[in-house]
Amino acid sequence: MSSHPYDIIIGLEVHVQLLTRSKLFCRCSTRFGGPPNTQTCPVCTGLPGSLPVMNRLAFQLSLKTAVALNCEIPEFTKWDRKQYYYPDLPKNYQISQFDLPLSREGWLEIRDPKGAFEPKRVGIIRAHLEEDAGKSMHDELAGKADSRIDLNRAGTPLLEIVSHPDMRSPQEARAYLDELKLLLTYIGVSDCNMQEGSLRVDANINLHIHTSPVKIATPIVEVKNMNSFRAVERALAYEAVRQYDVWQETHRQLGQPGGHKTTRGWDDQAQVTRPQRQKEESSDYRYFPDPDLAPVVVTPDEVVGVRAGLGELPAAIRQRLQDAYGIDAYDADVIVNQGRQVVDYFVALAEAAGDGKRASNWVQQDVLRTLNERGIGIDGFPIPAAALAELLKVVQRGDLDNSRARDVFQQMLAAG
Amino acid sequence: MSLCYCSATELLGKLEAGELTSVDLTRACLAQIDAHQPAVHAFVRVNRDAALARAAEIDQRRRGGAPLGPLAGLPIAIKDNLCTAGEPTTCASRMLERFSPPYDATVIARLKGADAVLIGKTNMDEFAMGGTTETSCFGPTRNPWDLGRVPGGSSGGAAACLAAGMATLSVGSDTGGSIRQPASFCGVTGLKPTYGRVSRYGLVAFASSLDQIGPLGRSVADVARLLQVLAGHDPLDSTSADVPVPDYPQALNQPLDGLTVGIVREHFGAGLDGEVEAAVREAVRVYQSLGARVREISLPHSKYAIATYYIIAPSEASSNLARYDGVHYGYRTDEASMLAEWNVERRQLAAAGDQRALDGQDSLLVRMYRRSRAEGFGAEVKRRIMLGTYALSAGYYDAYYLKALRVRRLIRTDFDQAFREVDVIAGPVAPTAAYPLGDKLDDPLAMYLGDLYTVSCNLAGLAGISIPCGLTAGGLPIGLQLQAPPMQEERLLRAAHMFQQATDWHTRRPLQTSTVP
Repeated sequence: MSSHPYDIIIGLEVHVQLLTRSKLFCRCSTRFGGPPNTQTCPVCTGLPGSLPVMNRLAFQLSLKTAVALNCEIPEFTKWDRKQYYYPDLPKNYQISQFDLPLSREGWLEIRDPKGAFEPKRVGIIRAHLEEDAGKSMHDELAGKADSRIDLNRAGTPLLEIVSHPDMRSPQEARAYLDELKLLLTYIGVSDCNMQEGSLRVDANINLHIHTSPVKIATPIVEVKNMNSFRAVERALAYEAVRQYDVWQETHRQLGQPGGHKTTRGWDDQAQVTRPQRQKEESSDYRYFPDPDLAPVVVTPDEVVGVRAGLGELPAAIRQRLQDAYGIDAYDADVIVNQGRQVVDYFVALAEAAGDGKRASNWVQQDVLRTLNERGIGIDGFPIPAAALAELLKVVQRGDLDNSRARDVFQQMLAAG
Repeated sequence: MSLCYCSATELLGKLEAGELTSVDLTRACLAQIDAHQPAVHAFVRVNRDAALARAAEIDQRRRGGAPLGPLAGLPIAIKDNLCTAGEPTTCASRMLERFSPPYDATVIARLKGADAVLIGKTNMDEFAMGGTTETSCFGPTRNPWDLGRVPGGSSGGAAACLAAGMATLSVGSDTGGSIRQPASFCGVTGLKPTYGRVSRYGLVAFASSLDQIGPLGRSVADVARLLQVLAGHDPLDSTSADVPVPDYPQALNQPLDGLTVGIVREHFGAGLDGEVEAAVREAVRVYQSLGARVREISLPHSKYAIATYYIIAPSEASSNLARYDGVHYGYRTDEASMLAEWNVERRQLAAAGDQRALDGQDSLLVRMYRRSRAEGFGAEVKRRIMLGTYALSAGYYDAYYLKALRVRRLIRTDFDQAFREVDVIAGPVAPTAAYPLGDKLDDPLAMYLGDLYTVSCNLAGLAGISIPCGLTAGGLPIGLQLQAPPMQEERLLRAAHMFQQATDWHTRRPLQTSTVP
């Protein structure tokens, strides 16, 4: 149902920093914001003779995520070295997973509560675990070309989640990211804080131009440097228009001369993408199995255990709220997006008041507004669900109109 | 006999009985070093003051009746690829000439815990790549039996220092024969433990799936004492085996009845020196005379061992050595001259109007990598980095690395089958005795072929030991190699000890160093 003479094809690569206290292969802290190079040891600085030892918790959190993303979990997974020279990569190889990742072929369902697109399953190609690099800081103040390197982040566990190119609009891409972030926070594997770099997104986008008899694919562009979900949405919208312009000008196709993949960076100030410098020869990472680490065996029983420990996931909760409390998809979405504790509050309120729709309205309007105004979480909200339910019952009986009820609500807040 | 050549067992007895102090013993070794280091060059660094201070401290604790570790007061030499906190650990490379790690290797911590006196760091081939100790950036070590000949390598200093009586025990590393071959060339005993038996944490990696730290000594009994301290699981090394460590010195005294010794048909083919073959066959007859059965076996894939090894080891090395880039530590090229060179190039290219070449010029970062690595590494290290980089490249990986991994498994299977029929395998360590310095330096292939009998042990993850079994007519030591299944160091040591009980080859000393003091 495209209004353009082309389809937009989007796949996303998301890097998620896992909520572990220590790094993936050593015991250094993963805390954000420490003075440079204070959270390092011989292992994460790649000193001669040092050896990696896998952080079990990081692997468990990855497994949990992969199961929540409906992935297949192979019984055998291993570590590989991805080799390239970069100053913030102290060993000049990154320990990652190449041909036998810990998970493959899953999916995440996305839907727009307002129905902007049809609900769909976005396929997940794989989710694999790897170590992060350090951070290069280019010292421009000194007026020289000097760079400084902070290795605090080097070795932090990253889960890379690669989607199939299943998204057909920037809105779908945004919905995928929102849903993924919600899922990751619900299962407690990441705080998904983009400012602190705990969630990073790269996008691959091209167009399928409507021509007869077949559609023609344009060259794929990888878009980087997007610092918020909003930026992702805008960058992709910009890129689709730009690529169509380029197509009309050049008629360059994917896989033909000049049709190779290129990389562009999003400039948030100028709201444009710009080409990024790339090597002339295609990079050869010379992957090979890391001989310092043993492969990891995951038994089917372990997977069953992980699945059992996941708890109810957002999509299921939305459905349950609709089914059990008679609220619509949009309202269920708003409540679920607030996190598990708000859901619990809503459920308690709806049960006690015996009126799901009214509970939904009050939670969305009065309760959430209060939380926003006060900058607090539901755990700091002073009115217990049972007490609010009594108020709702009074309104329901018709003994109090809504505006009087709101006065009472304010009094309860003040008393709390 | 001079203190310098006494066995660890005898010395420990004297120390415990108060007949000898560690300071006196350490002084004796230092005097031997003073006398022969200029000619032999076994050490890259001697820790004279630290060793004497440590010895004095141990003596004092002993006098105070404090409990002491199993190697208390014995001077032990350390190969210079084992990290020692705050002290240079160079791998005999210009790249790490000024590098001091901030931490101790696990084996160093264990030796300190055993109250050993670490007397110095021994010379080696650069990054343990070589079989002669000639690729050291500090210059070669010479064989105490004949100063015109190589001591073997890469643990050449580790073996030579024992042959020259400069230390009681020494620690080396073995990736394809680097303990056993120099032990053989220098007439001492050297053991390569099973992969995983000794922690590699703090061993500067050459080829991670093959490297193993091991003990050298002047007898099997001494080697057993040292292995006892080195061996054991280490949570810092994911490849170290969580398998209990037997009491090796105790095990030596238990008889080994009904031993079956295997000899490998393929070991006695072309290329094996006649004197070496005769000595090895004679050693096998010694076992027969001691009641052992001898059985000929075949290791059909052993002919591929060298090719397999020289794919896998350089591949891993190319990756392990990528970190030496001049950025974080180690050698960095002179930046002023680099910048000058780079600017001259730019001006010349600009003057010539060659925009293409200007655009293609290295960034300063890449130039720094290139120059640092070109200047910091020696020729043999570069050769192996290039071999390995090639073998792991896209399009070649399957044909080289992956195939090598498959052959490696077949080699292991050969041994598994052989060890169903025999308890240990006996054979030569090297095709020849020690050869003259410079003989193979310009012929890498000839050098690689010298590893023929030793690399399989690493590829298959077995335990192997080299013990002296004869002298050539020219008076050079010949080694006998024994190999045992994984984690069977105990069996290996008992079989080797049995031989040393019946022969005196391990008690022979080079004239040069044993007559002077």
